[in-house]
Amino acid sequence: MTKKSKASNHALTALFSVFSLVYIAPIAIIVYNSFKKKAYITRTPFDFPNEKTFAGLENYVEGITKTNFWDALATSFFVTAASVIVILLCTSMAAWYISRTKSRTSRIFYYLCVFSMVVPFQMVMFTLSKTADYLHLGNPLGLVFVYLGFGAGLAVFMFSGFMKSVPIEIEEAAMIDGCNPIQTFFLVVLPILRPTLISVGILETMWIWNDYLLPYLILDLNKWMTIPIAVQYLKGGYGSIDWGAMMAMLVLAIIPIIIFYISCQKHIIKGVAAGAVKG
Amino acid sequence: MQKALKKYFPVFVLPTMTAFIIFFLIPFILGLYLSLCDFTTVSDTRFIGIENFQKIWGDSTFVHSLWFTALFAGASIVLINVLAFAVALFLTKQFRGTNFFRTVFFMPNLIGGIVLGYIWQLIFNGILAYYSKTLTYSAVYGFWGLLILMCWQQVGYMMIIYIAGLQSIPADLYEAARIDGATPSQRLSRITIPMSMPAITICTFLTLTNSFKLFDQNLALTAGQPSDKTEMLALNIVHTFYNRIGWEGVGQAKAVVFFFIVAILVISQLKMTRNREVQQ
Repeated sequence: MTKKSKASNHALTALFSVFSLVYIAPIAIIVYNSFKKKAYITRTPFDFPNEKTFAGLENYVEGITKTNFWDALATSFFVTAASVIVILLCTSMAAWYISRTKSRTSRIFYYLCVFSMVVPFQMVMFTLSKTADYLHLGNPLGLVFVYLGFGAGLAVFMFSGFMKSVPIEIEEAAMIDGCNPIQTFFLVVLPILRPTLISVGILETMWIWNDYLLPYLILDLNKWMTIPIAVQYLKGGYGSIDWGAMMAMLVLAIIPIIIFYISCQKHIIKGVAAGAVKG
Repeated sequence: MQKALKKYFPVFVLPTMTAFIIFFLIPFILGLYLSLCDFTTVSDTRFIGIENFQKIWGDSTFVHSLWFTALFAGASIVLINVLAFAVALFLTKQFRGTNFFRTVFFMPNLIGGIVLGYIWQLIFNGILAYYSKTLTYSAVYGFWGLLILMCWQQVGYMMIIYIAGLQSIPADLYEAARIDGATPSQRLSRITIPMSMPAITICTFLTLTNSFKLFDQNLALTAGQPSDKTEMLALNIVHTFYNRIGWEGVGQAKAVVFFFIVAILVISQLKMTRNREVQQ
C-alpha cells in the first residue's frame, strides 16, 4: 500500500467515525435524558443531567408502573417468539409442498401469497379485527394465528424462491430409502433450508416485535399490551405526553433490540441481504 | 414423489392455508364488499353502491394526504437511495472499521416506528425550540422531520443491499476498465451503476412501498398535526375509521383506493426497472 492511500484510508476511518457518532447521537440523547427530571427534558433536551436536573431512576419507576412494562415485555416476547416459530414451521412446510407438487391449488395459493404482500394493512384492518373479535382471538395466543395468516405471504414467497434452487434428487433419494414425506421434510429439507429459515425468521421478528396497529386493533387492551402499544399509551387522550416516563420507556424498549442485534448481528445483516436478493 | 406427497396435504399446507384464508383472504374480500356499503359493524350493512367512493373526493383531507404521501415518497426514494448507495460505495473500500460502521448504520432499522417517532419528536422539538417553534407549528417541519427520520432508519438497510450488490460485481471488469484508461467517474457510471441495477430495483421498490405504507412513524412523530396537514394515506384511513362516527364505509372505500394505488405503483415500478435490467 502506498503512503498516500494509507493516509486517505485513515481520513476515511476518521470521517466515518464522526458520522457514526452523529448516527448514534439520538439514542444517546434519549438515554441521558431518561435520567433527568421531567421538567428539564423538553426544556433543555441536549444538556447532560447535572446535580439540579438528575432524577435517578424516578422516570423508570414511573414508566414501568404506568404502563405495566414487565407485562408488556412478556406479551411482546411471547407473541414474537411463538409467531415466528409457528410461521417458520408452517410456511416452510407449505412452501415445500407447493413447490414440489404441480397442482392448481398449489399454484393459486402461491400467487395469492405473492398478492398478499402488496395489500396494505389498512385494506383489511377493520374486517380482520372484526373477524378476530368474532372468533374470540383478542389474546396473545390468538394473535399468533393472525400473524401466521398475515405473515404467510412473505414467508411462503421466500421459501418457495429458495426451494427452486434445491435439487429435488436429494429428496427423491430419501423417499426411495423409505422416508415418508414428513421424515423427508424434517431430516432432509429443513437442514438445507437453514439459511432461509434464518432470513425469514429475522424479517418476521423485526416486523412482529415492532408492529403496532395490528396488535392494537386485535388485542383486548385492558388485559394485554405489547411494547409499542405501551409506548403509545403514554400519550394521553389530549395529546399530552409524560416525557419523563416516555424517555425511560423508549430506553427500555430499545434495550431488547440492541441485545438481539449484538447477539446475532452477522445473521441479521446476512439475512437482510439474502432476503432482499430473493425479493 | 408427487403422489406420496399429495396425501400429506392436510399436514403440510392446511394450517398455513386456513390461517391465510381466515385472516387475509376473507377480510380482504369482505373489505372490498364493505367499501360499497353503509355500515358500523360487519353484521349491520346496507348496500349503497359507489356512494362511499364519491364521498372520498369531497373529503379534502384525503386528497391532501394523497399528495403529501406522493411528495414524501418521491423525496424519500431519491434521498434514501442516493445516501445509501454513496455510503455503500465508501464502505466497500478497504479501510479500518468498515464492518463496525456498517453495524452502526444498520442499527436504527431494528427500532420500531413508534419508538423512533418519539425519539425524533424530542430532538426536533429541542432544535426548533431555539427558534421558538415546535414540530407541529407547520406542515413543512413535519414533512422534513419525517424525511430525516426515515433516512435515519432506512439508509442502513438499503446500504446492506447495495453492499451485497457491489460485492457481486466481478473485479476483472474494473481491471479491464483500468487498462482501457477509464476515469473513476467513468467506472462509476459505466460499470458500478449498471451492474448495481438489480440492487437499485429492490431498494427503490422497498423505499416506495415503505413510504406509501408508512404509519407508525407518522402517528408517533406528528399524528397528522397541525390540523391533519402532515397526515399520510395510511393514517388518514385509520383516522377516518376510528375517529369519525358514521364514516366507516368511506374509510373502507379509501382503503380500497389506497390498495389500488399501491398495487399500480408496485407493478409499474417493477416493470420499469426490470426492463432496464434486461437491456444491459
